[in-house]
Amino acid sequence: MSNLSVKQKKKKGKGSTGSSFDNLEIFLLHLPTTIWYLLFCYAPMFGVIIAFKNYKPRPGKSFLWALFNNSKWVGLDNFKFLVNSSYFETMLKTTVLYNIVFIILGILIPVTLAILFNEIYSRKLAKTCQTMMFLPHFLSWVVVSYFVYAFLATDQGLVNNLFKQIDPATGRYHNWYADTNFWMYFLVFLNVWKGMGYSMVVYMASISGIDGELYEAALIDGATKWQQVKYITLPLLRPTISIMFIMAVGNIFRSDFGLFYQATRNSGALTSVTQTIDVYVYKALLEQSNVNLSSAAAFLQSVVGCLTIIGANVLVKKIDPEAGLF
Amino acid sequence: MSENVKTKKKAEAKLKYTKVKPGTNVAISALFIFLALICLMPALLVLVVSLSSENSIRIKGYSYVPTELSLEAFRYLLHQSSYIGRAFLNSIGITIVGTLFGLITTSTMGFALSRPNYRLRKFFTWFIFIPMLFSGGLVASYMINAHILGLKDTYWAMIIPICCSSFYCIIMRTFFQTTVPDAIIESAKIDGARMIRIFVQIVLPISLPAIATIGLFLTFAYWNDWLMAKYYISGNKHDLFPLQYVLISLEENISFLSRNSQNMTPGTANSIPSETVRMAMVVVSVVPIACSYPFFQKYFVSGLTIGAVKG
Repeated sequence: MSNLSVKQKKKKGKGSTGSSFDNLEIFLLHLPTTIWYLLFCYAPMFGVIIAFKNYKPRPGKSFLWALFNNSKWVGLDNFKFLVNSSYFETMLKTTVLYNIVFIILGILIPVTLAILFNEIYSRKLAKTCQTMMFLPHFLSWVVVSYFVYAFLATDQGLVNNLFKQIDPATGRYHNWYADTNFWMYFLVFLNVWKGMGYSMVVYMASISGIDGELYEAALIDGATKWQQVKYITLPLLRPTISIMFIMAVGNIFRSDFGLFYQATRNSGALTSVTQTIDVYVYKALLEQSNVNLSSAAAFLQSVVGCLTIIGANVLVKKIDPEAGLF
Repeated sequence: MSENVKTKKKAEAKLKYTKVKPGTNVAISALFIFLALICLMPALLVLVVSLSSENSIRIKGYSYVPTELSLEAFRYLLHQSSYIGRAFLNSIGITIVGTLFGLITTSTMGFALSRPNYRLRKFFTWFIFIPMLFSGGLVASYMINAHILGLKDTYWAMIIPICCSSFYCIIMRTFFQTTVPDAIIESAKIDGARMIRIFVQIVLPISLPAIATIGLFLTFAYWNDWLMAKYYISGNKHDLFPLQYVLISLEENISFLSRNSQNMTPGTANSIPSETVRMAMVVVSVVPIACSYPFFQKYFVSGLTIGAVKG
């Protein structure tokens, strides 16, 4: 049969089925995607030169003209200015510290839940709970910000109306949107709340891929539930955990703009706990039109982010050669 | 007799190891019910508030048990349908066109990368992988999209920049690799079909599960997207606003609505139920998602599982 098809192929000649023709056709097929990548991924990569220039737009002239004819090369001046500014340290600390907490909780909680999930007797109850826990994942941060507002609004909010907490200083209800101590923890809660259902499903999918015979064998040897988890489930979850870990570490200088900017309603009083690099880049670019500083910050974020993801991959591969992302 | 006891003991022993103790089960179930409620209750509060009367909010604030129920907020939104309806239609249009674009770009690239004989396969695998590691950042993309490509204040700004992603391409590729046998493509080639025809008429129809999965990812992403509107749509271009962006600029929009309410009966314009209208708009944007995601959940899970296969 296979011989026959080879023969037929040869008979038809190179014209219609030749491989170079196939190559061309496949190339044409994904040409639109290639153009998309060039415009929206690769062109911005060259756009990072803005960070090394003193960009000066001129009305009536195009962006490229302004960039090449009207903007001087300033070397590392933008970076120097950024690093020496008073908010740089806070911004860096906020981004990295939150991410470290998010990474730890983002692995610990979903893995625990995924393991516990399989132990519930009633499958119906388990499925219902899982569906409900998936809901926050499908909501945008804009919607979530209104959910939060319904609880925390100063005058009408549920929390203030329920507990009637009056600020002694002002004699009014407590203004939650100015309470940095509260938001420090609440941001962590919101992040866990929104991501819990989704990550749980990722780990549940890998748990369901584990060969059932392993558990049967363990059962015959009289392994307890805890021993099964410790010696079968967790070791076999390691590849998934390490991939999630690498991706999270690679994004350690990035933050969820929606969480830090939108969910906090961009409250000025909370800046000290919400100004991550992304929020800064956005504000500097679109609210203050400071292209130089925001491009410097964005450039640092990209380069350092790229290095951390490669570093995390090397590290994970050292521990477990099978577990790397690439 | 003794054998009977033995099997009984064995069964008991098996039960002991396969299932957790009843007490533990109750504890775990309680934990999950608690977590599920935490995820659901905020949505419920917003729904109840949107159905409360403005008076009730004035007395009790936002509450699960309002003093009085009323549909005035929704009635008001219906009166303003030229504005809210426009935003709703914008969201639907952007979602449909975006999902279509996204499916075309990701499936063609995924198909190319899945063909073992494709000569440029290695090159393009790196080509889509590099952007996952390094990106030009917001400023460079903003400058290019807004100033060179001229996307500012157009619908395209909310569609094109987010239509493709390497992650989706990789899911597509993995799916094509595992479920479209090479033999089918070879035999179609022998019958004289061109690659493009093979892709459209043979590969796509047998890959409907992958198309559905990525289509759903895209649909939800476009419906929920507000960032692109925030970046590229100016605050006075009300015609372009998608629903999510209307929610962001709600404070100013409620005053905008009251200024533009000539088509309403006099008197009502002064008494906009602003507190409840706010939440009613949130409900309008959430309902399509909340009603549909339980049915599509399994596609998400399958997409995640394919995506977890490393490249």
